[in-house]
Amino acid sequence: MSKFKIFTKGFFAENAVFVMLLGLCPTLGTTTSAINGLGMGLATTFVLVMSNAVVSLVKKQIPDQVRIPAFIVIIASFVTIVELLMQAYVPDLYDVLGIFIPLIVVNCIILGRAEAFASKNNVFDSILDGLGMGLGFAMALTILGSVREILGSGSIFNITIYKGDGALVFVLAPGAFIVLGYLIALINRLTKRA
Amino acid sequence: MAKQRESTFVNMVVVLFIVSVIAATALALVYKATKGPIAKSKLEKKKKAIKNVVNDFDNNPIAEMFKIPVAGGDSVECYPAKKDGKIVGYAIKTFSKKGFGGLITLMIGFDPDGHIHKTAVLEQHETPGLGDKMQRNKSTFSNQFDNMDVPNIPDKDHDGIIIEVTKDHGTVDAITAATISSRAFCDAAERAYNAFKKIKK
Repeated sequence: MSKFKIFTKGFFAENAVFVMLLGLCPTLGTTTSAINGLGMGLATTFVLVMSNAVVSLVKKQIPDQVRIPAFIVIIASFVTIVELLMQAYVPDLYDVLGIFIPLIVVNCIILGRAEAFASKNNVFDSILDGLGMGLGFAMALTILGSVREILGSGSIFNITIYKGDGALVFVLAPGAFIVLGYLIALINRLTKRA
Repeated sequence: MAKQRESTFVNMVVVLFIVSVIAATALALVYKATKGPIAKSKLEKKKKAIKNVVNDFDNNPIAEMFKIPVAGGDSVECYPAKKDGKIVGYAIKTFSKKGFGGLITLMIGFDPDGHIHKTAVLEQHETPGLGDKMQRNKSTFSNQFDNMDVPNIPDKDHDGIIIEVTKDHGTVDAITAATISSRAFCDAAERAYNAFKKIKK
């Protein structure tokens, strides 16, 4: 697989949210607004790149049967580091995302990429894969968050588009499922010409 | 596929031990490095909140903080604001445990006559897009508390609680679809007012 393909597959062909339907818990939970989706996506990208790099570095030293616990420890450490750094240097973003940051640990994309890609490929490819997958995830979350924010609150990135209360359901959990369903249908229509 | 190491009891234990030690060391280092900045940003936030909720002052309210016991065995922190030695207001750090997402912490500023000057949200875990509209930059809900003349609000249903949402026969319009969060906000404000009354005694 070419380097370019390793990077871009996360956006379309193997997009974590729209194609593989991985990591749906943070996807549905955090995308109440565009900025929340983007913040969550970027934080996840950072963890994904770092954990992919480290897992790829140590893959030969880790015995097969304990690889999952070892990966989880690595991932959880990076998530905690992100949480502390955000709390210290970007407290405003931390206030918005605070409760969602620890959730990155249980995002199955990260363990999935560690297991399926980083543990079999070299460091550079793993970083590239993490970056592509993470940014693809961030893109999906931003799109989902934008649609929900426009329909539910009448704004995008906190910039008001129309006045008044939006359709409340889109801010709540059911709206997340509805929007995600339509977006997946749309993307399938565009890519597969079904 | 890269060849993985054979699993034996000894190497599994050793590897997991090493991984944990390295992770713990890294976390300890980061924690130590960020401890100062985190405390500083929390203090800055508190200072900013105090500044926002009371009249101009020239003392250091944080240094003059005192605690006031409130019902339920808890206490709230009170930051007196003074100008030229005269009290110009009290910023009271109050809380409510009745939020939809748990604890809510507010800073509420009182003028010496009992008017609420302004309010600020310090900490909240309400539903994004609904309950979090209690924050000043997200909706006009909290504007209702600016200059609220608390001592002169009639207690319509005679339950002893003054700051209430209209659903509970009060005067505050709740956030649409977030009555619980609005009630918690009022609950915190009421707690602050009760503490304020104790100062005035």
